[in-house]
Amino acid sequence: MSFRAEIGRVFGLAFSKSSVAHWWVQRLTAVALVPMVLWFVASIAQLAGANIELVREWMSNPVTTVLLILLIVMVFHHAQLGLQVVIEDYVHTEWVKTASITAVKIMATILGLSSLIAVLKIALSG
Amino acid sequence: MVEFALPANSKISSGKTHKAPEGATNIKRFQVYRYDPDDGENPSVDTFEVDMDTCGPMVLDALIKIKNEMDSSLTFRRSCREGVCGSCAMNVDGTNTLSCIKAIDDIDGDAKIYPLPHMAVVKDLVPDLKQAYSQYASIEPWLKSVNEPPADKERLQSPEERAKLDGLWECVLCFCCSTSCPSYWWNGDRYLGPAALLQAYRWIADSRDEDTGNRLDNLEDPFRLYRCHTIMNCTKTCPKHLNPARAIAEVKKLIVEHR
Repeated sequence: MSFRAEIGRVFGLAFSKSSVAHWWVQRLTAVALVPMVLWFVASIAQLAGANIELVREWMSNPVTTVLLILLIVMVFHHAQLGLQVVIEDYVHTEWVKTASITAVKIMATILGLSSLIAVLKIALSG
Repeated sequence: MVEFALPANSKISSGKTHKAPEGATNIKRFQVYRYDPDDGENPSVDTFEVDMDTCGPMVLDALIKIKNEMDSSLTFRRSCREGVCGSCAMNVDGTNTLSCIKAIDDIDGDAKIYPLPHMAVVKDLVPDLKQAYSQYASIEPWLKSVNEPPADKERLQSPEERAKLDGLWECVLCFCCSTSCPSYWWNGDRYLGPAALLQAYRWIADSRDEDTGNRLDNLEDPFRLYRCHTIMNCTKTCPKHLNPARAIAEVKKLIVEHR
């Protein structure tokens, strides 16, 4: 039983005032990823069946290296932002929610960093 | 955690059937959700056979006829019977609408009538709206101004400034939109919902209001505003043909400018 007034419950934890960046960056990365992913898919399709030397040559091109790094950063940042929204929508037990969001952030960081190092290793090895 | 099963008391059984009077030829069947908090039973769906030759054209006319002639215990809200009070909002034929402006002829087959979705039910077709009203109150729906009003006349608006309120002032707060929104179903305790957000934008868009910055600050929250994922059910269902999704998008754009 609670005697708390409805309006007090509605205000609850409001207002956190740090949400616009999350929403805005999710949109910006979404728009930027449309051409980036198209470019990436087309490039990989062209390299289908190529030997390692050809791939290394492609990746060592400075423009390709920069684009790949940008792509990786945006993909994992966008994925992390989106998964956080899904978890906030559907997971209502506070500790599970916080743990899941933290796990997603850690995973995105590890996977993103691994991808970056892989790209740099190949690009700089030639 | 996530709840996959419905609570036990939300399982609906089939209820009584009320036959049409002898000699009725033009019969429409109404399947109406019934719930009585006092009898300890689960909700049921009663079937009413209504003689359309002696019934008005709208769903609300049929409900009033049922209450007058077939089962006086049927409980629903209604007042103006012309779509300006917002009282008779309910789920008719699978869509939230005002039953007083929903024509019976537009419904194929049996007319299924349920209360607004995902709200606690007080009785039959009456949902508990106290949370929705408090959310409306929380956006402070009144003119706030640092300037004193002119002593001898009202605060003036140009026709262009006034035109910005069109599509906003017509909202009758029936909460058809909020209760059609999946995001409001899952997070209605923290998400304000399209009805309250359209009203928030109604004051943000008002040229006479001078509290826009604070109003935007009070909305910038991952739950109060940003649970809107542009699902658009609100705009699809609005019985007044308003566009709450657009109002919410305008608020989001203004907050990007404001930050």
